[in-house]
Amino acid sequence: MKKKFAALLFVFAFMASSVSADPLDAFKDLSGTLDIAGGTAHIPVMTAAAQDIMTFNPNIRITVAGGGSGVGVKQVGEGLAGIGNTGRPLKPSEIEQYGLKTFPFAIDGVALAVHPDNPVKALSTEQVRKIYSGEVTDWKDLGGNAGTINVYGREDGSGTRETFTDKLFGKGELSPSVNVVNSNGAMKTAIAQDKRAIGYVGIGHLDNTIAGVAVDGHVPSQENAASGEYPVVRNLYMNTKGEPTGLTAAFIDYIYSEPGAKIIEKSGYIPLKREK
Amino acid sequence: MRNNKPVILRGCAVCVAAILGTVTAFILYSGIEALTQSSRLALFGSVWSPASGKFGILAMIQASILLALSALTLGWVLSLGLCCLMNGLAPKFIAKIIMLVINMMAAIPTVVYGFAAVFLLVPVIRDALGGTGFCWLTAGMLLALQGVPAMTIIMNGAMSQISRESKLTSQSLGFTNVQHLTHVVMPLSGKAMISAAIIGLGRAVGDALLPTMLAGNAIRFAHSPVDSMRTLTAHISLVLSSDIGGGEHLSLLLAGALLLTFCAIVSLAARHLIRGKNS
Repeated sequence: MKKKFAALLFVFAFMASSVSADPLDAFKDLSGTLDIAGGTAHIPVMTAAAQDIMTFNPNIRITVAGGGSGVGVKQVGEGLAGIGNTGRPLKPSEIEQYGLKTFPFAIDGVALAVHPDNPVKALSTEQVRKIYSGEVTDWKDLGGNAGTINVYGREDGSGTRETFTDKLFGKGELSPSVNVVNSNGAMKTAIAQDKRAIGYVGIGHLDNTIAGVAVDGHVPSQENAASGEYPVVRNLYMNTKGEPTGLTAAFIDYIYSEPGAKIIEKSGYIPLKREK
Repeated sequence: MRNNKPVILRGCAVCVAAILGTVTAFILYSGIEALTQSSRLALFGSVWSPASGKFGILAMIQASILLALSALTLGWVLSLGLCCLMNGLAPKFIAKIIMLVINMMAAIPTVVYGFAAVFLLVPVIRDALGGTGFCWLTAGMLLALQGVPAMTIIMNGAMSQISRESKLTSQSLGFTNVQHLTHVVMPLSGKAMISAAIIGLGRAVGDALLPTMLAGNAIRFAHSPVDSMRTLTAHISLVLSSDIGGGEHLSLLLAGALLLTFCAIVSLAARHLIRGKNS
C-alpha cells in the first residue's frame, strides 16, 4: 500500500514538474508577504495571479487592495505596499518624489454598447456626452427608433467608469437618471435585454449579445484598441519603489509571463509586452 | 442559583455585548465625524454631484424609506393572508403545502431571487409599464417576497399555538372556523404580528443585494413606482470600492450610521409596543 502511494506521489511529482517548465517555479524558494494596492481595474488580474502563486507556494502571502490610482502611488511611495497600481502614467513629480519604477502591463479599452437590434451603431463624442449628461433623452434624436434612452453606467470607483469618463465623457456632470450596475456582467445582461439601452463595458466583454458602438468612426475591438486606432483606452501600470527585488520582482515577471497574459485576457484586457 | 452561572458563560456574554457595543459606537462615531468634518459637502442635501463637491444622500434616504415601507406592507399582508389560510381558511393539506413552500423559500439565497428577477420580472415590468424595469416596483416586489418566509413563520407560530389552545372552547361556543380565526386567534396574536413586521422592516431596510440588483441605482428622487432609485444600502455596496477618504467615503459612514439608528429606533419602539400589549 505504502509503495503504491509512493509511486503515485512520484507520478504526481513528475506530472507537476513536466507541466511546469513553469513561470511559477520562480516562486519555489520564496516566502513572505507582498501587499498590492491601488487601481480597481487591476484587481481581477492581481487576485487571479496571487491565487495561482499562493496555491503553488503556501508560504507566500499576497494581499490585494483597491483604493484607486492615487492611493496606489501613495502606498507604494511610502513603503506601505510592494506594488502600487495606477490606471494612468505616473506624473514626473511622483517619479521624482518617491523614486518609482513603472511597469505597463495591459491595455484597458472601454466600448459603448447597445442592444443588437438598435439601428444606432455609431455616435460622436459630443452625442455620447449629451446622452450621459441627460441633454438627449430620445433615440429618435440620434437617428434611431423613437423611444426613451435607458442610460446605464457603472458605480463610483469602477475602473471601467474611470476610463469612460476620462477618455470619452470628460469633465461634465453625469445625469442623475443614469442607472447604475456594478459589474461588466450585469451591464451586459441589462443591455442585452433592453432594446432602448446604452451602456459601456470593458472591450474584452463585447460579444454577440450586445453591439459595440463606434465613437467618431472608431470601431471598438481588441485589435483596434491594441493598434491605437480606437481611442477610449488607457494602459494599466504596476509601480514599485526603486528596482523590484525578490517576491515583488517575481510577481511582476509572472504578470508578464504566458499564464499572466492569459489572466489579463480573461479579465477583459489586452496584455502588453514588457518594455525593455 | 440564579447568580451562579458559569464564569465562562458570563465572560462570553460580556465579550459579545462589548463587541457589539464597540461596533455600534464606532459606526455612530464615524457617522457623526463625517457630518462634522463635512459641513460644506452638504451630506444631508438633495444634490449628489461629486464634480461640484456635493454629496447629498437625501434621495437615498427617501429611497430606503419608500422601498422598505412598500415592501414591508406588501410582504406583511401576504404573510398574514398565508397564516390565515393555514389556520382555518384552507383545508389541512393546503396548509401543509403552504408551509412546505414557505420553508423552501426561506432556504433560497437572496441572490437567486435577484438573479431570477433580472431575467423574468424586469423585462415584464419594462414592457408593461415602460422605463428600464430596474425600479422601485421590481425591487419592492422581490423584497416583499424575500421577507415573506420569516414573517409567516413568526406569525404562524403564534397563531397556530393560540388556535390549538382555544379551538375546543370556540367550537363549544358555536364559532365557525372563520369566526374562531377572526374573533379569537387574530386578536390574540397581535404581538406576533408586530414582531413579524419589525423583523420584516429590519430586513427590508437592511437588504443590500436586491436593491442593488433591481432598483436601478440612479441617484434621484423616485416619483413613481417605475422610477429608478438608490437605497442607502445599495449606495454603500456600490461606493465601497472607491477611494478611501473624500466626500463619497464620508457619505458611506453617514449612511451606515443612519441605517443603524433607524433600525435601533424601530426595534426599541417595537419593544415598547409589545410591552404595552403585555401589561
